[in-house]
Amino acid sequence: MSEVQTVTIEREFAHPPGKLWRALTQPHLIAEWLMKNDFVAEVGHRFNLNGDWGGTLDCEVLEIEPERTLAYRWDHVNDNPAYDLRSVVRFTLEPAAGGTRLRVEQTGFRPEQKQASGGAKFGWQNFMGKLDELLGRID
Amino acid sequence: MTPPPDLLLKSLADPTRRAIFERLCRDGEQTVGTLTAHAGVSQPAVSKHLGVLKAAGLVRDRHAGRQTHYSAQPASLAPLRDWTRDMERFWEARFEDLEDLLKRMDQ
Repeated sequence: MSEVQTVTIEREFAHPPGKLWRALTQPHLIAEWLMKNDFVAEVGHRFNLNGDWGGTLDCEVLEIEPERTLAYRWDHVNDNPAYDLRSVVRFTLEPAAGGTRLRVEQTGFRPEQKQASGGAKFGWQNFMGKLDELLGRID
Repeated sequence: MTPPPDLLLKSLADPTRRAIFERLCRDGEQTVGTLTAHAGVSQPAVSKHLGVLKAAGLVRDRHAGRQTHYSAQPASLAPLRDWTRDMERFWEARFEDLEDLLKRMDQ
């Protein structure tokens, strides 16, 4: 695991940090924007994120600083290396003029990835496919 | 044929090797001798690094007389870019849903 990749996405939300923090740490709220889960805001707590596509992510809370930082392990363990993913997701909240700047960094390492064939690139594919319509609007 | 990303990652994990690859990307085709002058390691070591980069599809060699010229194949990094692009899209989409949720939530 000597080489990793990081994805960083930042956005400003017109809502106070406290409200974003709730959306990031209360299970029923997390379920509304991310995935169904049994999250508990407690370092060391292991939980699952259950995707609509049937996949399960193994997670563990690594870091909590209320209204500032939340980090957890985000692993998709699979014998098939094409679907295996080990990563850490870190949310950072910063007060901004109009609300809160939220940054998510996902640092990940894929031990192996088979080449794309028939579009089934990796575990995210089903999930991503469902988002096509939404992505069209973003792009 | 494109090599799998793990091979790319391993190839670029070594800082000396990464520096060689970056130099080739920046300065274009070069001989082993020229690369050695900048690498800070011996010529056999540079040749070995180039062999690894070549196996990963990151560089291509061209023989001209007694010299071997190496050039970068940045297109071979595409599988890595695909991963990050997909994850960026994933989080962009999640943020859209988060925005919707925040609007629905009371203070």
